[in-house]
Amino acid sequence: MEQTKQETESTEVHGGSFWSKYVFSTDHSVIALQYTLAGIFMALIGGYMAYVFRMQLAYPGEHVPGFGIVGPGEYNNMVTNHGTIMIFWVAMPVLIAGFGNFCIPLMLGVDDMVFPRLNRLSFQVFAVSCVVIIASQFVPGGGFGGAWTAYPPLSADEGYSLTKWGQIFWLLGVALEFVAFLMGGINFITTTMNARAKGMKLYDIPIVVWFIVIASIIFMLSVGPLIAGAVMLLFDQFGLTGFYDPTLGGDPLLWQHLFWFFGHPEVYVVLLPAIGVCAEILPVFARKKLFAYKIVLWTAIVTGALSFIVWAHHQFVAGIDPRMAHIFTVTTLLISIPIAEMIFVYIATLYGGSISFKTPMLWALAFIAEFLIGGCTGIYLGSTGTDIYFHDTYFVVAHFHFTFVPIAIIAVFAGITYWFPKVTGKMLNEALGKIHFWGTVIPFTFIFLLQFPLGMAGQHRRISDFTVFPELAGFQDVRIGITHLLLVMIAFQLVFFWNVITTLLYGKRADQNPWRANTLEWQAPNVPPHGNFPDGLPEVFRGPYEYSVPGREDDYWPQNEPE
Amino acid sequence: MAKHQSKPSSLLLFIVTTVICLMFCASAFYFVLPNRESWMMSLPQASSYAGDIDGLFGLITYLVGFWFVVSEIVLFYFIFRFRKKSPHDKAEYITGEEPHQKKWISIPHILVIICDVVLIVATIIVWYKVKQDLPVADANIRVTGQQWAWTFEHPDLDGTLNKKNEGLILIDELHLKVGSVYHFKLESKDTLHSFSIPAFRIKQDSVPGRTITGWFKPTKVGAYDIQCAEMCGVGHGVMKGRLYVHTEEEYYEWLKDRVQVQANSKEVRESFHDLVTAETSNPIK
Repeated sequence: MEQTKQETESTEVHGGSFWSKYVFSTDHSVIALQYTLAGIFMALIGGYMAYVFRMQLAYPGEHVPGFGIVGPGEYNNMVTNHGTIMIFWVAMPVLIAGFGNFCIPLMLGVDDMVFPRLNRLSFQVFAVSCVVIIASQFVPGGGFGGAWTAYPPLSADEGYSLTKWGQIFWLLGVALEFVAFLMGGINFITTTMNARAKGMKLYDIPIVVWFIVIASIIFMLSVGPLIAGAVMLLFDQFGLTGFYDPTLGGDPLLWQHLFWFFGHPEVYVVLLPAIGVCAEILPVFARKKLFAYKIVLWTAIVTGALSFIVWAHHQFVAGIDPRMAHIFTVTTLLISIPIAEMIFVYIATLYGGSISFKTPMLWALAFIAEFLIGGCTGIYLGSTGTDIYFHDTYFVVAHFHFTFVPIAIIAVFAGITYWFPKVTGKMLNEALGKIHFWGTVIPFTFIFLLQFPLGMAGQHRRISDFTVFPELAGFQDVRIGITHLLLVMIAFQLVFFWNVITTLLYGKRADQNPWRANTLEWQAPNVPPHGNFPDGLPEVFRGPYEYSVPGREDDYWPQNEPE
Repeated sequence: MAKHQSKPSSLLLFIVTTVICLMFCASAFYFVLPNRESWMMSLPQASSYAGDIDGLFGLITYLVGFWFVVSEIVLFYFIFRFRKKSPHDKAEYITGEEPHQKKWISIPHILVIICDVVLIVATIIVWYKVKQDLPVADANIRVTGQQWAWTFEHPDLDGTLNKKNEGLILIDELHLKVGSVYHFKLESKDTLHSFSIPAFRIKQDSVPGRTITGWFKPTKVGAYDIQCAEMCGVGHGVMKGRLYVHTEEEYYEWLKDRVQVQANSKEVRESFHDLVTAETSNPIK
């Protein structure tokens, strides 16, 4: 009853013009599209920043085409905002809000989110946060340059950072973004727990939905202390208080604890949806049931729980009590166990399969192969002994890009190419998709593989010119090589946009279920209309991964097909 | 059917793999840890514990590298072996919920735990030596970070810090005697900085409002980079220093020069002071 009422209400909003249909919409798939497009737009900005600072590293002090001379303040600004934007404005909106908003109601077989208006408000706050973070580039003094971790006293005192307005806008933008995702997360959790298709038990929920819900729970539980910390930092910036100022009795380390208590769970907030997307794609293209559904689910829950007690591994050399480091090194190495197990499960899923290498599958397989590098190199940094040396070197940079690029680029492209037929009703060009795949993955791998030896040679992060250090000047050729690889990688992204545009204009029409998948979103018509299932909401009879069941002619068995 | 056979065979499999894993870990201690070569792009090991950190790096590479290589090989083998060869290819139906299937996950799970425990023990030993233990000092230095320079206060002839020796306070230049154990007192005047000497494998953030004590013992004569490793503002990239590790004779020669400078400057100042007091007949005092 309630659902019907909601539907009529939001149909009214949906009525006519472009504005009410695409801008002020309460429909979950429109909001998903808004989030995804906003995320891709921000990714262009983040990518441009990477281009600028990589050019400066390769050719220090020279004119960068499309930017100009990169001064040290501008360099810090580019590095800071590249990190901030790629995590908070690319990975989160696309993976959690974009995929979450699109998949959750469709995969659960319901007509919309439980709170459609909260959903709309969530995107509106997010849009404001986008404007604020972009505006921070154009205020007097320039954008904030105190690294994405924003450690005080640097970030708290304009006398130290020289970016009075940049840091205030940066902090406000981040805080607004958190508010947006809190609202989105509440919606995801409530919808999954309360509004599922008839017959869908908890163990029948597709893994990606579970993982987005677990990620939302982790986010909700961890973000509170950081928002409190951000408000305290804001007061410090205005000179009203001294929470982080030792001369006024404060302590700079307090911020580091509050930040990383959120910051480390945040890694799993973006990792889980990404790895969940792969859990959807692998069974479909291997025509195999996901190996041990319950193990996958529980490894994610254990990872989420452990992620709350590892934060101080970012602070081993920050001045914490050295005895405390032992506790955090133990918990950090423990977290390798559920993650390793999850990877083992995905590899086991391929065993006995019949794998076809469509573009989404290539991305999903690349995710596992590349994420393994990121996961394994994390052990060096979780280990206190080696972290003394590697902390804040390019070894760390390479490590977390081998986790974040698989998350924010590889898994995002996996999801986009996989759900593109459902969202637009058109099939992407496979040949262009594969050119884009190899043109992205090969340069990416070598860009960051080359940064491990740079880190081992003692090259630290966030330094705009390494030629001034006698020990590091000799590696300039490697830096130039990395920059050239980045240019290649950026150039290949044009193939993706070309593919999308030509497909939308002249592309082949997609079937309702082009990948012959089981989950409910493929039972809805392409370009799902408002309400998703015009022929009535589906009923679920089995789990989402029943592929190649013996004794059946078809090698798939949709969740809603009666026995 | 496979269920009845699986119980003894999986137990056997488990014992065999565990023993192999333990032997593998033990071999790491035998082959890797005593081998204290520099793994870090031929960066010299210039402090007493640089070899320990490089040894731990080797141990992790040995254990984690094994799992990495095995996982990637299995992944790519499966991708190749189970590719769709004909349109009529049909996949197997494996739930992964049966015990004889789950053992393929649970046995590696336990082996990973064993490797983790070995790593934890090794890393605690190294961390204790570098950061927790404090050997008796031969000399003290004071390191102060500020935007954007390092101030190094060198010890006097007796190894202690003497505030009056202004000739021993240098900017962005640190001189040490090879083979001496130094305690450093790390302070900051403004923002966070991080005192990092890659050749020593040491890094410690400096925090305003705190004095953090650490130690090192230079073992190789030479000149090395000092970097700031924590974002500290616009000049972070140029906040660099140079470390000179001298032989004993060279060091005392340098020290003598500095004390001379100090004595000279003292003389000059005293004569200047006399001059000033004579002219103004000291009205304020």
